[in-house]
Amino acid sequence: MLEQMTARLDFHGKALMLRSQRQQVLASNIANADTPGFVARDFDFAQALQKAAGATGARATEGVAMTDARHLSLQGGPGSPKTDLAYTVQTQPSQDRNTVDLDRERANFVDNTVRYESTLRFINGHVKTMLSAITGQ
Amino acid sequence: MSMFSIFNVAGSAVSAQAQRLNVVASNLANADAVAGPDGQSYKARQVQFQTVPMGGPGSAGVKVQNVTESDQPGRRVFQPNHPSADGEGYVTHSNVNPVEEMVNMISASRSYQNNVEVMNTAKSLLLKTLQMGN
Repeated sequence: MLEQMTARLDFHGKALMLRSQRQQVLASNIANADTPGFVARDFDFAQALQKAAGATGARATEGVAMTDARHLSLQGGPGSPKTDLAYTVQTQPSQDRNTVDLDRERANFVDNTVRYESTLRFINGHVKTMLSAITGQ
Repeated sequence: MSMFSIFNVAGSAVSAQAQRLNVVASNLANADAVAGPDGQSYKARQVQFQTVPMGGPGSAGVKVQNVTESDQPGRRVFQPNHPSADGEGYVTHSNVNPVEEMVNMISASRSYQNNVEVMNTAKSLLLKTLQMGN
């Protein structure tokens, strides 16, 4: 019963983890905007989220054994989802082999910030809905 | 939580850019310095950035690998009355190119601002995350 109520929350939780991971990758790109030879990284968010949402308990229960029937299942539990980092496509080649396009990275960064916040709001709204269901008002 | 390492990454970049600004300041300050009694004038310095892995894939900070000195010849000016003039009446100045240094300064300043902005954004996102469920 409780699992049904939290299933949607799990999905948003995974989305939030992925957003924070992407935020961090983008921050690294911006930090290395002047480093010679640095290759910008990024990942396909939609694909990563599909993979994370479709992942079964096999990964989530890694290293954790259920030794008692009364233990709660760890399916879809916390833990950072694995992402396949890719290299961004270079738009303007530079002499020092740095592939960071600062304008694009900044745009991605702001975009990711807004999406992170909206995911946060979805979670907050869901929690409020559940609370009002629990209190029965 | 991978959001916390944003502060490490952006912090390393800010510190590297600050060191770059420092080097630019010292170059500009010595732009007009003349050679001392040993005949050696000030050499323009430049920082070299290098990527440092910071926990986890895709998390890369920056550090100043080393500071190199330019080996271009110093600017020679004919000033026979100058106390530092050599036998032919020439004074050797530093090999700093002020235009190059100004461009370097603007670039460093912009990169610094970018990284500070990244840290501010990460901070406000984390603060909002702290209030989750409120």
